[in-house]
Amino acid sequence: MSFRKQGRLALIASLGAGALALTACTPGSLGSNASSGSASGATAVTITVLADNSDQTTKPLQAVIDAFNAKDTGVTVKLESRPQGTDGDNIVKTRLSTGDMDEVFQYNSGSLLAALDPAKNIVPLTDESFMANVDDSFKTSVTSDGQIYGVPLGQATGGGILYNKKVFAKLGLSVPKTWAEFMANNAKIKAAGIDPVIQTYGDTWTSQLFVLADFHNVSTADPEWATKYTANDPSAKYAVDPALKGFQRLEDVAKAGYLNKDFASAKNSQGLQKLVKGTGAQYPMLTFVVGTYSAMSDTAAQDIGFFAQPGDDASTNGLTSWSPGGLYIPTSASAEKQAAAKKFLEFVATPEACDVQTKAVAPSGPYAIKGCTLPDGLPAAVTDLQKYFDDGNVSPALEFVSPLKGPNLEKITVEVGSKITSAADGAKRYDEDVKKQAQQLGLEGW
Amino acid sequence: MSYTTIRSGEQVSLKRAPRASAEHVDKTYPLWFHLPGGIIYLVLFIVPTVFSFYFAFTRWTLFKSTFIGFDNFVLFFSEPGLIGSLRNTLVYGFLTSGLKVVLGMMLAVVLSAPIIARGYLRSVTFFPVLVSAVGVGLTFQVLLDPFNGVVNQLITAITGHDGPGWLTDPNIALLSVVGIDVWKGIGLATLIYIAGIAAIPNEYFEAARVDGASSWQVFRNIILPLSFPATSTVIILSLIGGLRSFDLIWTTTQGGPGFASDVIASVIYKQYQAGFYGLSTAGNVILFIVVTAIIYPLSRWLNSKETVL
Repeated sequence: MSFRKQGRLALIASLGAGALALTACTPGSLGSNASSGSASGATAVTITVLADNSDQTTKPLQAVIDAFNAKDTGVTVKLESRPQGTDGDNIVKTRLSTGDMDEVFQYNSGSLLAALDPAKNIVPLTDESFMANVDDSFKTSVTSDGQIYGVPLGQATGGGILYNKKVFAKLGLSVPKTWAEFMANNAKIKAAGIDPVIQTYGDTWTSQLFVLADFHNVSTADPEWATKYTANDPSAKYAVDPALKGFQRLEDVAKAGYLNKDFASAKNSQGLQKLVKGTGAQYPMLTFVVGTYSAMSDTAAQDIGFFAQPGDDASTNGLTSWSPGGLYIPTSASAEKQAAAKKFLEFVATPEACDVQTKAVAPSGPYAIKGCTLPDGLPAAVTDLQKYFDDGNVSPALEFVSPLKGPNLEKITVEVGSKITSAADGAKRYDEDVKKQAQQLGLEGW
Repeated sequence: MSYTTIRSGEQVSLKRAPRASAEHVDKTYPLWFHLPGGIIYLVLFIVPTVFSFYFAFTRWTLFKSTFIGFDNFVLFFSEPGLIGSLRNTLVYGFLTSGLKVVLGMMLAVVLSAPIIARGYLRSVTFFPVLVSAVGVGLTFQVLLDPFNGVVNQLITAITGHDGPGWLTDPNIALLSVVGIDVWKGIGLATLIYIAGIAAIPNEYFEAARVDGASSWQVFRNIILPLSFPATSTVIILSLIGGLRSFDLIWTTTQGGPGFASDVIASVIYKQYQAGFYGLSTAGNVILFIVVTAIIYPLSRWLNSKETVL
């Protein structure tokens, strides 16, 4: 009996010791003994980067981290991943509010960043010398109350319409510059027995594209629209023109019967498959999917092209672009760790870091860091996209020029695209949704 | 010993029990003995409850909260989808509860009869209860896919037409989820009914047989009234489960298409996801009140019916 008791005591003691050992290290430093030994002696600092777990983020980020760790900077960086989407948003918000955030975290720029209360939670980088390398268009999307908060990771993407070039060539169609041309093309494609427009409401976020990618057309019709919209000006609502057009365009294609028949259940990857196979001709999408469909067939990268969402006027035709996500330093990090984190961000803001990312994953658009170049032989859609940037026909998407984006947009666009509600009712409902968000953010005038 | 005497005996002892045991506890245990449990209860239950009632009256970003009075409740009730989601919640709760009562009773009668492989059949009925709701939801999402799912491929093979969009047609999405919920929860209802039927003393059945009662008469006049305690348990349990149901709906339709199968719980979850923490807390307070307002009188009424028996 006494022997068994001793054994149990020993077990408890060892468990306790194990627990002590565990609490002694931060989560990020687990298993890092080997590398911290090789770094420059006593000054070595280990920091962790929290990033979403999508391939588009982790692959290039890991490559940048590896390249940074290979240098002798006295700082070692580790990657920690989190879920994507709204679950990830909650993790970021919870960690920030409890002061438990990693020393660097990756997050969206634009309206989602604004919801994090940057003035309180994020270290401003306005005065850092490396910010001179960052594109001005990106800076506006991470600026809040006159302070700049982030360094871009990855590339800008475009929102518009991916199309199958083979189908267009076979039917003798050209890239449409106006909505009327787009609808005329659709009629011909449908007559040929091919689904003109692919929609995939199995992944609800994909339903928002017709509305969001229409923003270039909105801002060319009224350059002050975003400012008025943020200030609750009744002329800048989705229920009235010019913004209502986005909802109407979604309704137009649905009512005309131009959608694939399994639009209600298909997923994003199935939609891309239809596009690559040519059973569907056009897919409103963001260009970050280029890597995904390029892997679906040998010729897909060159078969699929891209054009901006057409508006009313061919002369103002242009692209709605999405800024890349950023890397940020939380105020909860200690001064020593903040200095280490800044060293890492300084490296991210160099053309060398861009080249490392390019090697890891084929870029889906231009970088937001000065001096970065794209290699030759990119997929056709990226070349098409680059052309809009070169010509200067680009407007940032609304979420990068206003902190306001209603959380229910994707549900509402599913309703409109499935003909459950009309475009007018959907737009009105979205205005209500935006109002709630504005009140939550504490914006003036709501 | 008849069934009624057991029930009335219980009633008496129940009435007497609380006072007697309270005195007993007072005398035996000093105050410090209650402290550990009391503190845990205070910290983990009382404090969060009070806080949640407070935060329901604020605009809360997790970083800071502003007191805004009843605005959250006004906003919650003015939400365009709220009426629809409230209706869906009631439809979902009462439909699943009703179907589980009727089908559970029928299955229990069959599985109480001396049939072949009874034990095996009973287990098979109960298995879905053991599977996690998320797993069931994702499985049915695949099975009910309108074009690639097994169910509709079978329908197409037999009729030659496309089957319905079980989870994607706004008119039937909620009903499809109700069906899945009933499939998953029927085992528990059946189990409770089997126990209820087994508890009916054999004398009743023997007397009925002597009087020459048909099986319908046995069911109508013996099994149905005497398994009433089982019925009320099934009603209460499945109604509470149905009214606050979330996991199955979220994994199958996410409240969609659009807002067609939204229930209060999924509306609250979406508000929480969107970062409307104060608003969603207010929603939870409302859900709590709605469920209590339905369950409390119902359970009082069902209990009063039991004592009459």
